[in-house]
Amino acid sequence: MRFRLIAALLMAVSLSGCGVNDVPRLDEEVKAAWSQVQNQYQRRADLIPNLVETVKGYATQEQDTLVKVTEARAKATSMQIPKDILENPEAFKKFEQSQGALSSALGRLMVVSEKYPDLKSNQNFMALQSQLEGTENRIAVARKDYVETVQRYNVNLRSIPGRWIAAIMYPDAKVRETFSASEAAQEAPKVKFN
Amino acid sequence: MKSLRALAAALVVAGIAFGVAAAEIAFPPLTGRVVDQAHVLSAQAAEGLRARLQAHEEATSQQVVVATVSSLQGQEIEDYGYQLGRAWGIGQKGKNTGAILLVAPTERRLRIEVGYGLEGTLTDALSRAIIESKITPAFRAGQMEQGIVAGTEAMLGVLRGDPDAVKLPPRRSNQEDPGAIPFVVILVLFALFRFMSRNRRGGGGIWPIFLPGPTWRGGGGGRGGGFDNFGGGGGSFGGGGASGRW
Repeated sequence: MRFRLIAALLMAVSLSGCGVNDVPRLDEEVKAAWSQVQNQYQRRADLIPNLVETVKGYATQEQDTLVKVTEARAKATSMQIPKDILENPEAFKKFEQSQGALSSALGRLMVVSEKYPDLKSNQNFMALQSQLEGTENRIAVARKDYVETVQRYNVNLRSIPGRWIAAIMYPDAKVRETFSASEAAQEAPKVKFN
Repeated sequence: MKSLRALAAALVVAGIAFGVAAAEIAFPPLTGRVVDQAHVLSAQAAEGLRARLQAHEEATSQQVVVATVSSLQGQEIEDYGYQLGRAWGIGQKGKNTGAILLVAPTERRLRIEVGYGLEGTLTDALSRAIIESKITPAFRAGQMEQGIVAGTEAMLGVLRGDPDAVKLPPRRSNQEDPGAIPFVVILVLFALFRFMSRNRRGGGGIWPIFLPGPTWRGGGGGRGGGFDNFGGGGGSFGGGGASGRW
């Protein structure tokens, strides 16, 4: 009995203070961070056709690598992203995997392009390379931001008083999916040009 | 009992969250537009840079900052750079119009970190061109100060829309006559615009195209003023820009 009294008291305190709006506020932050992740992946996908076209002209023996990049891109961009992807572990994992596959195909392409001095000194290629490098970096930042906001959201949902508040006021709120920590392992070989 | 367990779990989670927060980097304080923690700039050069950066903000409300750091604290410069930009809040809030030239002499790494709002002007490709054509050649010759000054000037030039600030090398390496083609193109364009503006009434249509010029947004920005007590405007960064080493 006394326990419940304390709980009620605690809740009253947290309600009158902050915390009531934490779930929707953090939820919006998670959504914003997620759309940033998607933007950056999209940006990378947009760079690829041009890149493949440029490499093709020089690295004629790398058809295989080029085809793999094109295929990985097609797979990543054709994936239907369900509305509930953030609460759907399967879809989320699939998204991460398809982007990871594209990362490694791209990484391989950049490694083999090192073998072609004419390509490396092509200005168009150099510009694309720096854009790709910048975009990979933006992806890393967007992923990290996403992981952090989801962590905040999930901690709030799992801990007290957020857990009680969510149970009463936002019963639909669910813990969100996040990227696996092994990002580095997935994206090997890393795109580094210097 | 159940809520006790929940409480314990919450404490553990909070502990983890705290652990993550504690691993953050210790950034040098933002003491002005030029933060020379690594001591590679003379007082004169630093003051010259500061004045130019201030003038740039007054004209465009964009905040550009030069930072040399004594250590990246074990971080990649890409990780360090955007977090430094966020910690300092360089650029206007909401517009994120900030950029940082970050130099880490100890690690021999440098980076042009570009805020979200300037990524369209100071692109990754241009950032890299600035690094490779203006900065690292000087750094390799041991001239840190000259490299930083030239790099900053090129950044400001690009942001002002000056096409001569840094040259993206020509697209095709047609060695025949590099000067002639652009000149002819400009002449033709000029004739075309003159023709078009004659057909219009006022004719004023030509200048906005040739002179991107400063955007007079005024107000709002950093706390500029006669005396430069500089502070970040609250801008954010998302990893745009380019890095280099020497």
